[in-house]
Amino acid sequence: MPGDLREGPIVIVGASLAGLRAAEKLREEGFTGSLTVVGDEPHPPYDRPPLSKQVLLGMSAADTTGLPMRRDPDADWRLGVRATGLDLVGRQVLLADGESLPYDRLLIATGTRARPWPQPEQAALDGVFTLRTREDAGCLAERLAAGPRRVLVIGAGFTGSEIASACRERGIEVTVAERGTAPLVGALGGTLARLAAGLQRAHGVDLRCGVTVTALCGNDGGRFTGADLSDGSHIDADVCVIAMGAVRNVEWLADSGLAAGPHGVACDAGCRAFDMYGIVTDDVFVAGDVSRFPHPLFDYQMLSLEHWGNAVAQAEVAAHNMISSGPPRRPHLAVPVFWSSQFGVNIKSVGVPTYSDQVVIAQGSLSERHLVAVYGYRGRITAAVTVNMAKWLEYYQGLIEAAAPFPPAPGAADGHPLVTEFALPSDVPDPRGLSHGPTVALTGHLPDRRLTVVRPAG
Amino acid sequence: MRLVVDLTRCQAYAQCVFLAPEMFELHGEEALLYRQEVPDEQLERVRQAAAACPVQAIPVGEAVSARAR
Ligand SMILES: Cc1cc2nc3c(=O)[nH]c(=O)nc-3n(C[C@H](O)[C@H](O)[C@H](O)COP(=O)(O)OP(=O)(O)OC[C@H]3O[C@@H](n4cnc5c(N)ncnc54)[C@H](O)[C@@H]3O)c2cc1C
Ligand code: SF4
Repeated sequence: MPGDLREGPIVIVGASLAGLRAAEKLREEGFTGSLTVVGDEPHPPYDRPPLSKQVLLGMSAADTTGLPMRRDPDADWRLGVRATGLDLVGRQVLLADGESLPYDRLLIATGTRARPWPQPEQAALDGVFTLRTREDAGCLAERLAAGPRRVLVIGAGFTGSEIASACRERGIEVTVAERGTAPLVGALGGTLARLAAGLQRAHGVDLRCGVTVTALCGNDGGRFTGADLSDGSHIDADVCVIAMGAVRNVEWLADSGLAAGPHGVACDAGCRAFDMYGIVTDDVFVAGDVSRFPHPLFDYQMLSLEHWGNAVAQAEVAAHNMISSGPPRRPHLAVPVFWSSQFGVNIKSVGVPTYSDQVVIAQGSLSERHLVAVYGYRGRITAAVTVNMAKWLEYYQGLIEAAAPFPPAPGAADGHPLVTEFALPSDVPDPRGLSHGPTVALTGHLPDRRLTVVRPAG
Repeated sequence: MRLVVDLTRCQAYAQCVFLAPEMFELHGEEALLYRQEVPDEQLERVRQAAAACPVQAIPVGEAVSARAR
């Protein structure tokens, strides 16, 4: 390895999970040069998944989820400062405070933010929240602790469903409004989404699917009081949480000449960013929620993932490749894995469930709510989702990696016949009809299906 | 010290819950909830839990202390 790759300044933009893990990995692999991490939030890196779980349940305070360093990356942390531009030719990151940071190699890890409610005056009503940051979670937890009469959650993706679950556990009445046919349908397809709908109703959620919220209403004091729905009904509530998915933080790259857009910053399997002509750069790398990368297991479709595990795995590959050249570079081939806990169950997913045309329930029982659903696309296994059967995930990951035939052979896993004898359509909806984001999005082309929608970033 | 659990890896074996019940709890059959700030009196238990986790899913370490500029 040429000595200079271990030196030369490295800048990481985005001081969260991917930024921290990349910084640690750079040092672990022998990078000795100067390392600067820029983050626009005023806090050191913290963990987001507990914000919709432990924090809303009142088990942890919002400001206690800081991430541990596995080793001290000896970095210069520039926190509370936004990167506003990138000069690819001059190799500099421009900061909001007017400074510019020269780099030899750059990692882009700016993640996503919550998609805001489209009407700014309505979004500004007191009692209307989104959930992405520590501050968001702190304010929302405080409102939940004050005992609101009813909470309205708009969007029944993973985050919206977890918020509704936390409300019910605290004994708070909650209405969930979703434009799609059922909760989680964008991520898991129609079959498992019916199970998710059943779970919500069994836990006392007032679930309204197939409706849109047409207006948020407030009183003269500017407090949120309720919302109008497209079916003509009105919901009285004191708190509203907008859980309509995420927007990639790419605006700062608009004039950079990189291939940055609503699905993220495109990069190759080695995490190197593409420029807008589709030519791969060799000094700009991308990792985490902001990235969009090709995956050979899914026909080289470009994936945009909002997964904790992907941010860690991709950050480590990016860091390794930033200080390696030629054959020692590694591809980011990890199979996507995601988890969510809600309404007393643990849902885990491996592979890409939306990259499917059929699904079978391979193990367990729908009525007892512990099961493994296996997804296939054109005769091979592409994903599996476990509900309270996480120990089986690894087994199915192996089948996905081996492109094993779909449906799986009866009894292949545990000796029992498949629970559903016939494969059902996986029923993946057109994302145009949903209030929530799918958290794993294929952003390329499939002949039989529309995969993603591009909404103007708010 | 603080900790995080890589729930992508966790298979809900619950060794951590057994070793440090004040820090980890199972919510339902297999959803693991945990506290991230480790008080001094829990340090030893948390170290044991991290070492005992069969899938090595519990990284522990110090908080990032941003150097003042
Ligand atoms: C409430 C909630 C619950 C979740 N639950 C789960 C779960 O159960 N399972 C799961 O797998 N995943 C979950 N996730 C997703 C997981 O948290 C993300 O995948 C992970 O945070 C991605 O890390 P990242 O570092 O890529 O991006 P982010 O965490 O989004 O961090 C990007 C950072 O960059 C900063 N930034 C952006 N633009 C700039 C700029 N121009 N200049 C400087 N800094 C900038 C941002 O402010 C942010 O601090 C959840 C997320 C949320 C919000
Ligand atoms: S010991 Fe490890 S696998 Fe078991 S519950 Fe704890 S974190 Fe999960």
